[in-house]
Amino acid sequence: MNTPKPLTPPPARHAARWMGLGIGVLVVLSFATLELRWSEFLSAGAVRDMGRFAASFFPPETSSAFLKRTLDATLETLAMSLLGTLLAALGGIALALPASARGHENARPAAAARLLRLLTRGALNVLRSVPELVWASLLLIAAGLGPLPGTLALALHTTGVLGRLFAESIENAPSEPAFALRVRGIGAVRVFLFATLPQIWPQVIAYTLYRWENNIRAAAVLGVVGAGGLGQMLYYHLGLFQTHESCTVLAAMVALVALVDALSFATRRWLSR
Amino acid sequence: MLPTPAPQVASIARHDPALTSRWATVLLIAVLLWPLVVLTEFNPSVLFDARSLRSTGRFVASFLPPRSDAEFVWLLLHETWRTVAIATAGLTLAGLIAVPLALGASARLSISALARPMAAWPFALRSVLRATMVLLRSVPEVVWALLFVRVVGLGPTAGVIAIGITYGGMLGKVYAEILEASDPAPTQALLRNGSGRLQALLYGALPQCAAELVSYTVYRWECAIRASVVLGFVGAGGLGQMLDSSAKMFSGGEVSAILLVFIALVAASDRISAVLRRAMA
Repeated sequence: MNTPKPLTPPPARHAARWMGLGIGVLVVLSFATLELRWSEFLSAGAVRDMGRFAASFFPPETSSAFLKRTLDATLETLAMSLLGTLLAALGGIALALPASARGHENARPAAAARLLRLLTRGALNVLRSVPELVWASLLLIAAGLGPLPGTLALALHTTGVLGRLFAESIENAPSEPAFALRVRGIGAVRVFLFATLPQIWPQVIAYTLYRWENNIRAAAVLGVVGAGGLGQMLYYHLGLFQTHESCTVLAAMVALVALVDALSFATRRWLSR
Repeated sequence: MLPTPAPQVASIARHDPALTSRWATVLLIAVLLWPLVVLTEFNPSVLFDARSLRSTGRFVASFLPPRSDAEFVWLLLHETWRTVAIATAGLTLAGLIAVPLALGASARLSISALARPMAAWPFALRSVLRATMVLLRSVPEVVWALLFVRVVGLGPTAGVIAIGITYGGMLGKVYAEILEASDPAPTQALLRNGSGRLQALLYGALPQCAAELVSYTVYRWECAIRASVVLGFVGAGGLGQMLDSSAKMFSGGEVSAILLVFIALVAASDRISAVLRRAMA
């Protein structure tokens, strides 16, 4: 008597099982190797300490001189995020052009163009994979303390992110308008301005707004390495255990982030009418 | 014979009818930009003055060669693993926070909303849960880490808790949204026929959105790795802390080695996450 072959699970489920196993091992190893001090964190004494620490933040400091300083730092943070994002949008477009495979739809691109594309893609990847805070800490050496290294750090990281997104937009845009201009002998700059840019413009705006929302969060914390704005104030006051002042700064941070989210949402609504 | 329109076409092609308004917009943006430049003390010439150029040059020149003796590489590998472990443990904690919040907040599992608008109490409870998630994620993880370093001391515990809290809020929000975007018919059919909420979730909503939920979680894991490097700068251990101390000592060889490892780590997690998400789709 021949027994029927046992059913094998479908390949997708098979893969999911291996994936689940791998994730489980990773999680267990992570908890096992980190010297986490849960007992210290969850013991009655620690909970009491934490409660006392949290309670010490209230009431927030509201003297007018301090509020003025907080407002200045808030404006500085806002300006850093705006200028950094704008610079990044310009830099992103500038790098996206050589990084995209545009203008060579029919012929194989020349070796120089391919090399340039490879190089710009590599540069965008490096810019993108180093976080803002790391850029800021490295730029401190060249630019000194203050909002300048913060702005530049935001601009560098965001250029990497936006450049890659813009390059994809350029590659996905229909190529006929650019081709129509190019065969009439119109120069590369005008082909870009009048054929490619109008097509990718909605995406450029959408991605830039989205990064602005991210950058306001990043700008708020860049100060912990000394790059200006609210983060620097928070780091300073927390370091001195001036918790009332820290509370005011934290409130300003949360309010600023909420404000920018609302503004960005409204702009997007207004643009997509 | 018709007159040829060619010269006219050429003159139209040469003239951009919207030129004035385009320049006006550029000018307006420039005027609006000026206060930003003042507020951020944006003066790139600082970068090029002789003293700063000299110190930058010395620092960058010391990048080569990256430090690669066995002791340092071993330490580097150890810290890299700690970075990954902090991200993984943090994300696990975030999942533990997010799943109950998302299940509570998702209107898809509301029984009272089946026939009529949701009753007052469930609606209030869902609003409270949503507000909790907003609160958790609106404070950046670096700030949570700064606060927890004060409580639990320097080390990975603060980093894990910070990632857990911020990402718990983010994951919870997105999980709830994914559940609510699923097709309501199966879940509602189960609920109407008397199944419990958990059964309706497991057999109605989850099969539809499991892939999307997993793929978003994997994407967040990738983000958590980047975040865990940053958290090192406030004393939560891992590559960030190492980079911070090396940069403060101006030891360029160490900085460049750490940066290289870091870029490789981000690229690898990027790739792993892309492969896993493609496999799920």
